[in-house]
Amino acid sequence: MSETIVTLQHVDKWYGDNHVVKDMNLEIAEGEFLTLLGPSGCGKTTTLRMIAGFENATEGTILVQGERVEDKEPYQRDVNTVFQNYSLFPHMTVYDNVAYGPSIKKVPKNEIRRQVREMLELVQMSGYEKRKPDELSGGQKQRVAIARALINRPRVLLLDEPLGALDLKLRKQMQFELKRLQKKLGITFVYVTHDQEEAMTMSDRIAVMKDGVIEQIDRPSVIYQRPKTRFVADFIGESNIFAGTVAEAADGLLRIRTPGGLVTAKAEGCRKDDEVYVSVRPESLNVSFEPKEGFSFRAVVTDSVYMGTLTKVLLQAEDGQEIKFSRFEETEGLSEGTEVWLYWNPEKAVVIPAGEAREG
Amino acid sequence: MNRSSGTKKKKNRLPVLAQAGPVSVWMILFVTLPLLFIIYVSFMTRGTFGGIEYTFSTESYRTILDPMYFSVILKSLKVAAVTTILCLLFGYPLAYFIARKPPETASKLIMLLMIPFWTNGMMRLNAWMLFFQVNGPVNYVLTHLGIVEKPVMFLYTDWLVNIGLFTNMLPFAVLPMYSSIEKLQKSLLEASSDLGADPVRTFLKVTLPLTFPGIFSAIILTFIPALGTYTVTDMLGGGKVLYIGNIIKNQFGTIRNWPLGAALSVLLLVITALLIFIYSRFAGIEDMEVV
Ligand SMILES: Nc1ncnc2c1ncn2[C@@H]1O[C@H](COP(=O)(O)OP(=O)(O)O)[C@@H](O)[C@H]1O
Ligand SMILES: [Mg+2]
Repeated sequence: MSETIVTLQHVDKWYGDNHVVKDMNLEIAEGEFLTLLGPSGCGKTTTLRMIAGFENATEGTILVQGERVEDKEPYQRDVNTVFQNYSLFPHMTVYDNVAYGPSIKKVPKNEIRRQVREMLELVQMSGYEKRKPDELSGGQKQRVAIARALINRPRVLLLDEPLGALDLKLRKQMQFELKRLQKKLGITFVYVTHDQEEAMTMSDRIAVMKDGVIEQIDRPSVIYQRPKTRFVADFIGESNIFAGTVAEAADGLLRIRTPGGLVTAKAEGCRKDDEVYVSVRPESLNVSFEPKEGFSFRAVVTDSVYMGTLTKVLLQAEDGQEIKFSRFEETEGLSEGTEVWLYWNPEKAVVIPAGEAREG
Repeated sequence: MNRSSGTKKKKNRLPVLAQAGPVSVWMILFVTLPLLFIIYVSFMTRGTFGGIEYTFSTESYRTILDPMYFSVILKSLKVAAVTTILCLLFGYPLAYFIARKPPETASKLIMLLMIPFWTNGMMRLNAWMLFFQVNGPVNYVLTHLGIVEKPVMFLYTDWLVNIGLFTNMLPFAVLPMYSSIEKLQKSLLEASSDLGADPVRTFLKVTLPLTFPGIFSAIILTFIPALGTYTVTDMLGGGKVLYIGNIIKNQFGTIRNWPLGAALSVLLLVITALLIFIYSRFAGIEDMEVV
């Protein structure tokens, strides 16, 4: 990986008695698209604001390009922010908003004009120069906000839920465009969102946060396939999570007793009698009309929905747990009330030790 | 944060009028109609024994241009302007300070600012006079500290009138500026800083233009009353120095020249209208991106 551009070392943030960010360590590589993902209130904005220098860490060190953030005012640094609520200057036109950064830096007028034109082209807002922010739609404001930040050619761009206020279709389109811009300009993006799908499609790496702690940080595919904690398994995509006890462990193959029945999963480092969670994606789950080797887990179909490309089936285990199962083809014979046996490829199941679920 | 989004479109042009929108019916009944009557009276003839004789005349307006009246008008304008400038200079930082406090603290501070105005105005002015008179506490302190040799004649000077007007008007300057500053989104200041502007530039390019409606309201709310006042000038000026407000009051009172009083009132009105016109032009220019 290339050089580190942002470093967080043992960063804590307290608001009064509220411990919002807890001993956070993070290294962001130059040119990377890193996403802070987590439910609302987990401290994403606070983390971003500390990197931007709007908020001081209660403890710990934040380095941007090797320099301590506290040592410099926000206006002295090579970092720009796209704010959650756009924060365009309402008394200025689109042109003046975008030109704000370079005009502060006393760039010659002609050069500013050229740069603004180039930026507005880049975000596909040419022709809107004379409009006021009031006269723009949400998506257009968003583009202007991005142009206003990018024109400064920052080394790092911080984005706080930049697409949060847009409708689904526009959001998808803007996700694609942002990713394209980021690749084209080679700028490091630190992106905040609570939308796991958005994080999945855009990021090079995702840091999944919960209650001020990074539970797991890795590439999207690893986060999806190998969640390290129960929270990550639950939060990223859909997952069936079975709590159970290891009944037998041999050659990395575990037989696990769960309230709904016996299941099998593959994992290293687990011993007999360990408490674990087994996480299985709906698409990794199989059903059969007779029991399979290593499994004795029965369930009843409670609902089946055909969704165009995907069929979603809901089942209920004997202990009452709801189980999600999905297929890209139409499923036959799975009408309501049908009794089935569940099984899966043991390699597709993720085993999470129950005791360590909080530490990540 | 977007409390005012409903009136946003109009706000660009005439925030003051837009803010007065809901009370416009009231305004027509109790402001516009009396106003029209004043204008009407100003073009009438003075009755021989006072009052109005209903024949058209421009005599009142010609009287205004008389050098004696004209110098009073100029002096009044000057005093009102000084009062206004003092109110802005002290009021803006004060409003800013209050607006940046947590809401509960801010409302307490606003209360404190308003408390003097729950007392009777005459009483307050009398207190001022006692305070500043030749053997009053101010002179006592000044002479005993050796700052001045003899007690100073504060009373009945332009200087004291200015101070009196300033303290009288300050809350009315602070309130509109406070509400403008309070509405200013903090994230806009952060955005400005994020884009490389130091605090001074942020203030000049973002804070000041966005709080300008409040500043303008403050100007209107201090300049106009300061120009028209007669209680403060009567008492602190002791009637020795004449201001336009005193003259108007005297025309309607002892002198009983109603048309002249009306004409002088119309003059105040024209000055007010002029101010608003300048402001709307200013906002208009900004719309056209010349600024
Ligand atoms: N300025 C502040 N003062 C006090 N508490 C705050 C402040 N900003 C955020 N918080 C608290 O910190 C926690 C994390 O907030 P935030 O970082 O905004 O979360 P997120 O962006 O992940 O939704 C929340 O509990 C929030 O109430
Ligand atoms: Mg947030």
